[in-house]
Amino acid sequence: MRSIFLTQWRLLITVLAVVLLTVGALTAWLWPRSPWTPEEVTTLRGLALASLPPLAPDPSNRYGDDPRAAALGARLFFDTRLSVDGTVACATCHVPTRQFQDDLPLGQGVGTTDRRTMPLAGAAYSPWLFWDGRKDSLWAQALGPLESPVEHGGTRTQYARVLWEHYRTEYEALFGPLPDLADTTRFPPAAGPVADPAARAAWEAMTPDDREAVNLAFANLGKAIAAFERQLLPSPSRFDSYVEALLLNDVAAMQAALSPDEVAGLRIFIGRGQCITCHNGPLLTNNDFHNTGVPAVPGLPEDLGRATGLPLAQADAFNCLSRYSDAQPADCAELRFAKADPHVQTRQFKPPSLRGVAERPPYMHAGQFATLRDVLEHYNQAPAAPAGDSELRPLELSERELAQLEAFLHSLSGLGQAPAACLGCHPEPDAPAAAAPERSIP
Amino acid sequence: MIGSLDEGQAAGRPTGNGRGRQRWIVLGLALVVLLAAGFGMMRMRMSYVPADLDLATTRSSNSGLYQVRYAPEAAVIPVNQIHTWTIHIETADGRPVEGAAITVDGDMPQHLHGLPTAPQVTQDLGGGAYLVEGLKFHMPGWWVVDYTISAEGQTDTVRFNLQLP
Ligand code: HEC
Ligand code: HEC
Ligand code: HEC
Ligand SMILES: [Cu+2]
Repeated sequence: MRSIFLTQWRLLITVLAVVLLTVGALTAWLWPRSPWTPEEVTTLRGLALASLPPLAPDPSNRYGDDPRAAALGARLFFDTRLSVDGTVACATCHVPTRQFQDDLPLGQGVGTTDRRTMPLAGAAYSPWLFWDGRKDSLWAQALGPLESPVEHGGTRTQYARVLWEHYRTEYEALFGPLPDLADTTRFPPAAGPVADPAARAAWEAMTPDDREAVNLAFANLGKAIAAFERQLLPSPSRFDSYVEALLLNDVAAMQAALSPDEVAGLRIFIGRGQCITCHNGPLLTNNDFHNTGVPAVPGLPEDLGRATGLPLAQADAFNCLSRYSDAQPADCAELRFAKADPHVQTRQFKPPSLRGVAERPPYMHAGQFATLRDVLEHYNQAPAAPAGDSELRPLELSERELAQLEAFLHSLSGLGQAPAACLGCHPEPDAPAAAAPERSIP
Repeated sequence: MIGSLDEGQAAGRPTGNGRGRQRWIVLGLALVVLLAAGFGMMRMRMSYVPADLDLATTRSSNSGLYQVRYAPEAAVIPVNQIHTWTIHIETADGRPVEGAAITVDGDMPQHLHGLPTAPQVTQDLGGGAYLVEGLKFHMPGWWVVDYTISAEGQTDTVRFNLQLP
């Protein structure tokens, strides 16, 4: 009797244990099939490139979507004549084959900048430009480096003359007549409101009407370059293939797109790592401003980030509310409702898009970190900010989890196929320089 | 317990006695606990907002003076995009409140930060309706938006909760 009772018990418990074990194993095995809750699927869909809406028109630039302006802008972007000594173009720092950045901690023009060159894919979606958002449109942004003494180093009168001498037909067809820039008494070779005292004095000596004519040409130069930059979009990554497969419930394609470690890293990215509080949306940036306690670089001037960037944007002669803007005041909501809070905004910087991030070290606004691993160690420790308050909290991720997060960041790299927008102008944009001749431009 | 387990295993004996039974029970229980803990942890990760959050788009103000309803310009409140809302204000007995002075504020209770912009009520549209411009939410998650409404010498605040994906 006793032994039968015991046997039954043992049997029952064995069966129970086996069932539980099997359920556990099955769950683990089935996990890749439905690894995400419906809420997480929504989040992931929101991060995929397929969720990027078509680029809305920029009301402040009525030429923004004119293909003639884009073609002119593309040539201007590569033109070194737009610099004080004929050596620097936008493309000097924003190298097309390097995600339109330069792989350096600080940009190298006619001098050295105080911040790192930013990649440009998707920049057109950002309401604020630069690490500190001191410009509120792509066209107004383009005017900054041209007159910066360490970037292009020239003046707006010089640039208006380049338009007159080399692009007059294309320019005038779009924007209307240029003034008679051959007249060097009215338009001195180097004149503009820049740091150089001689150029500044020459600018002050011009008539208000002539200054206005140059300002207009200068603004239009920016608008043409912006029309070109509006075409620069990121290309799809393995992460995007994963989300596409997830939405189709295609397990094989999901597994082909991301390894288990990358999926684990993705889970940390949207979960415990809290990365999506700032790196959200299909560009993996909210294009807002955050203090993440990134260390200051010894030897560089103090950098207060957004705290100084917003007042500059509000005072900018080429902002959305300026007379060079094509927008109605109602279209300038970002500028009108911007919140100035110098304490909170101290050392806030714009999170870069994380698309292609693994391919372009170094990282942060002055290239503070050499590797992605350094970046992730920083997030894990969340040190105090050199000024202002860091919004980060220590993550307490293990070595293995950091490695998984890093693996996931690698899955955001473009798959190499050129974005359709590049192909509109030249068939092989990744080919050597010689393969991208001017004649391919309509 | 642990001792008995070790002993049983070390001896490699068949478990035909009480200790053996205990061992299986412990094993079974441990499994149940493990699985439960696993699911529990998953749930914990998800539930980082109050479970009973009132997401209604019509709410009464804190002291019950006003009934306030909001409608964002698009069907879904966007993340990272500056946009407008229309709010409708009525007294508790259903009379539209016109000519009110209204201020807007908001924050993310879990993140201890405010709105990235300074939204404002820019137009009294009449009939108790007002246009709110400059709202922007730059993160997914739980947001609150507070309207402080002053009309006819009385001030009250209404709070809306948003849960953005
Ligand atoms: C000397 C190197 C250099 C040159 C030349 C240069 N840039 Fe930049 N670019 C930078 C640096 C550095 C930053 C970030 C600067 C900052 O935030 O203060 C930047 C930022 C930008 C951004 C902001 C991107 C964003 O997401 O906010 C755009 C757009 C841009 N540059 C376009 C241009 C254009 C157009 C030109 C040519 C007219 C140009 N750049 C010339 C180095 C350069
Ligand atoms: C509070 C907002 C915030 C959070 C949360 C956040 N980031 Fe960032 N991220 C930023 C900002 C701001 C920068 C640029 C900071 C700077 O240059 O000073 C940045 C920069 C980066 C960079 C460097 C990009 C480049 O081109 O320089 C990487 C990589 C990165 N973040 C990954 C992550 C990961 C992974 C997580 C989650 C563990 C995360 N971020 C969480 C705001 C955030
Ligand atoms: C609006 C037309 C246009 C678009 C769109 C365009 N390009 Fe170009 N691209 C040009 C022109 C014009 C040149 C410069 C030709 C010259 O220097 O004479 C050029 C030059 C280049 C070069 C050669 C650089 C060098 O140093 O000579 C590369 C590489 C390149 N583009 C890549 C790209 C990529 C990648 C894209 C898409 C992200 C792209 N382009 C989109 C017009 C365009
Ligand atoms: Cu937040």
